[in-house]
Amino acid sequence: MGYDHHFRVWRGDDTGGELDDFSVEVNDGEVVLDIIHRLQATQAPDLAVRWNCKAGKCGSCSAEVNGKPRLMCMTRMSTFDKDEVVTVTPIRTFPVIRDLVTDVSYNYEKAREIPSFVPPADLAPGEYRMQQVDVERSQEFRKCIECFMCNNVCHVIRDHEENKEQFAGPRYLMRVAELDMHPLDQADRQHEAQEQHGLGMCNITKCCTEVCPEHIKITDNALIPMKERVVDRRYDPLVWLGNKILRRTPDRDRSSTTD
Amino acid sequence: MTDGNGTTTETYERHDFDVIVIGAGGAGLRAAIAAREEGMRTAIVCKSLFGKAHTVMAEGGAAAALGNVNPKDNWKVHFRDTMRGGKFLNNYRMAELHAKEAPQRVWELETYGALFDRTKDGRISQRNFGGHEYPRLAHVGDRTGLELIRTLQQKIVSLQQEDFRETGDYESRIKVFAECTVTELIKDGDRISGAFGYWRENGRFLVFSAPAVILATGGIGKSFKVTSNSWEYTGDGHALALRAGASLINMEFVQFHPTGMVSPPSVKGILVTESVRGDGGVLKNSEGERFMFNYIPDVFKAQYATSAEEADKWYTDPDNNRRPPELLPRDEVARAINSEVKAGRGSPSGGVFLDIASRLPAAEIQRKLPSMYHQFKELADVDITAEPMEVGPTCHYVMGGVEVDADTQQSRVPGLYAAGEVSGGMHGSNRLGGNSLSDLLVFGMRAGVAAAQYVGSLGGTRPAVSEETVAAATEAALAPFAIQGGENAFTIQQDLQQSMNDLVGIIRKAEEVEQALLTLQDLRGRVAKVSVAGGRVFNPGWHLALDLRNMLLVSECVAKAALERTESRGGHTRDDHPAMESEWRKINLVLSLTSTGRLEDETVGLERQPVPTMPTELLQLFEWGELSKYMTPEELEGLPGATKMAPLPESEGA
Ligand SMILES: Cc1cc2nc3c(=O)[nH]c(=O)nc-3n(C[C@H](O)[C@H](O)[C@H](O)COP(=O)(O)OP(=O)(O)OC[C@H]3O[C@@H](n4cnc5c(N)ncnc54)[C@H](O)[C@@H]3O)c2cc1C
Ligand code: SF4
Ligand code: SF4
Ligand code: FES
Repeated sequence: MGYDHHFRVWRGDDTGGELDDFSVEVNDGEVVLDIIHRLQATQAPDLAVRWNCKAGKCGSCSAEVNGKPRLMCMTRMSTFDKDEVVTVTPIRTFPVIRDLVTDVSYNYEKAREIPSFVPPADLAPGEYRMQQVDVERSQEFRKCIECFMCNNVCHVIRDHEENKEQFAGPRYLMRVAELDMHPLDQADRQHEAQEQHGLGMCNITKCCTEVCPEHIKITDNALIPMKERVVDRRYDPLVWLGNKILRRTPDRDRSSTTD
Repeated sequence: MTDGNGTTTETYERHDFDVIVIGAGGAGLRAAIAAREEGMRTAIVCKSLFGKAHTVMAEGGAAAALGNVNPKDNWKVHFRDTMRGGKFLNNYRMAELHAKEAPQRVWELETYGALFDRTKDGRISQRNFGGHEYPRLAHVGDRTGLELIRTLQQKIVSLQQEDFRETGDYESRIKVFAECTVTELIKDGDRISGAFGYWRENGRFLVFSAPAVILATGGIGKSFKVTSNSWEYTGDGHALALRAGASLINMEFVQFHPTGMVSPPSVKGILVTESVRGDGGVLKNSEGERFMFNYIPDVFKAQYATSAEEADKWYTDPDNNRRPPELLPRDEVARAINSEVKAGRGSPSGGVFLDIASRLPAAEIQRKLPSMYHQFKELADVDITAEPMEVGPTCHYVMGGVEVDADTQQSRVPGLYAAGEVSGGMHGSNRLGGNSLSDLLVFGMRAGVAAAQYVGSLGGTRPAVSEETVAAATEAALAPFAIQGGENAFTIQQDLQQSMNDLVGIIRKAEEVEQALLTLQDLRGRVAKVSVAGGRVFNPGWHLALDLRNMLLVSECVAKAALERTESRGGHTRDDHPAMESEWRKINLVLSLTSTGRLEDETVGLERQPVPTMPTELLQLFEWGELSKYMTPEELEGLPGATKMAPLPESEGA
């Protein structure tokens, strides 16, 4: 049943590295992560890799398999021909720490810049009432397992380190949309995405949507609707004027509406 | 055995906090929120990235008697179900607090931004689960754990944003140390004074100084070969507690979830959520028989249907029909599957069939169980809307854990707390599905508040971290690098997993458990000589070499307690003692270290301790007839007003 497969795995650290060749046993039903684990157990005990659930639920095991961003635990070996070399490299957009492990702190920093949910002041816990149809839009985005593959493929930052500062990436632009569509969120998020998180830099190529393992329609359901709303408001002279007048300092102080 | 360069040259980072929370799952995050809200400077330390803890994998839901779907539900019914599920071995006070406080803790999540599935009138929807009398699990499809952990994570972020507005520093009050493993707890005299660990990313050491440590490290399932648990579940918290002088209880009780995937081999053990059965799925053997009707134990006869007709009517008319036996507590279902397979009525890959395809329309299955649909499609080429799944038992959860005070979660060691799966007592001999997520919230919060009060009570006198303890911890952590030509940690781990699975698994016998104890002794010798290839930067071989010490210690606790308890109850089944014995219900097995030092010198001691007795007002929530199945005649006689406790009519939902 088992056979030997030719694997190439990138090994190295922040100072550089190379693709190492391995011949490794593959059995029926196995996924790429199983093979990486077999390499650890038999040939390369210090091979660095992240994983947790092995079931596509935690988003830890992102890597590039033959150049495509994939969850290693959900990539079946049966999708490759037996004589096709399988090349596993770390996610490209984030700096390598070692082997397949990258420094994803960018994502956590961006997460922290998105203003949080603002609960309605007049409702006590237990008094929230929302209809299923109304929560479903945000629920779609909350399926996100934070594998960061959408951020990895987005060309705005993939080869442009300099954009990382201003651009939250699809994952966190989607977070703004999620909060905006939350039926009970009290914050005004109309301009947040555009002005502080770089929505304007997205030119809706949909690469993010294509790689999302949760099949979230990031572009169609989160990014485009936000762009449309921004445009509506921008070109509406009244809204435009109002915005100019009411505009607060860049660090828009929301303390009056929070907590 | 020192590092080649001598350990004295080793430098370390030092961090001072009020409270250290070890673990960033549901329990740890809820504890950290509570501690921070009490004004504590709080650190959260976790082995994986933030947001990836085990809690993220929970599927079915969080149990809380909100009464949204069936208004008859209330804390008393939930309490009863929990005690029954645990076969009355539970710490009654924890079960009581849990049942009473779970609704508040779940509602609170909505104020943090959680979006649960809704009922028609816009409340939180609740689903049926094994052992729960009414639909009780607040859920989001079959990804409830993801919602829970993300919500708590986002609440932490919102608190950090608050702190940023006030102090200009996001991390002024809560700081997350992700991918950082704690290897030792540090004490000053008999009190906790901190913790020692390393960054996985670069192998450098850190010392935390803090008067209070909350363990929220989850479970031990990685010691078994077939498990739904991840690499993180090496029993670190259990072992850290033991080494710090705390005690563990109920370690013989390990939950084997009845439905794990069985095929292909590489996915063996991955969980198939109980929601499949809660939403109508049934179990069948190779003869097509719905076999669970043959396995309803005496103690549950009153609550479970005896025919398929009655069972099927229950989904739409639960008031006038009894529940389907597929929804018996997990230990019962797991044993039943095991028996069917043994009797030669298993599926081709050695499990049984779980059929939802013939029970619900395809679209509904996809809507209610999207991740199960996805999981089977992608990993097993099975379309669950068209064909049955093959399932079998998988090691899932440990009921046993750190012995704690029910109200404060404090262990025997001042300053050391434990919450979530790493603590023991709440679930008795068997946990009901959904009772873990709620447990994390209820006791996570309690631990955070209690730790804060403890720190507050210390005033200016804080326990100190001594240089000797740091030096010893450094030496222990580096030891594997100094050994040349020893074994690879992965090989030893596989041997350990195989032994525990075969010898201390779902069905146990004295000879086999004794054999396991011998094997563990042997493995100790091998672990002490393990060697590590490569350097200290993100080196999984080294990480595992250190985790193995914990796995061994905790496995020994499981085996020792399993040998001692000569009865079968909940998550502990003895082939040679198949009956549940009332005398044993009164006894908790408590484990602690009788000698410490190097791995080879650690000795686990075992004591018997009485299970706390339920006060009358809680006993009165049960029918006399039911209690008589669990308790000894003397206990029953001794109950005040025993003879006057009239049985409740069935319709009151007993
Ligand atoms: C597949 C699956 C499905 C489940 N479904 C449900 C369900 O539907 N309902 C339910 O109620 N329960 C369910 N459970 C059980 C429940 O998810 C777990 O019991 C619960 O999430 C444990 O939470 P915790 O906070 O105790 O620990 P975890 O969430 O496991 O977190 C443990 C944390 O401790 C950290 N840690 C461990 N050791 C160290 C160390 N040495 N140093 C630093 N950090 C450390 C880890 O990194 C992690 O952050 C399920 C479990 C599984 C596996
Ligand atoms: S659609 Fe926008 S966010 Fe997504 S990959 Fe393209 S540019 Fe990036
Ligand atoms: S949106 Fe999809 S691709 Fe992006 S992080 Fe979330 S799950 Fe991954
Ligand atoms: S290991 Fe969790 S998504 Fe792959």
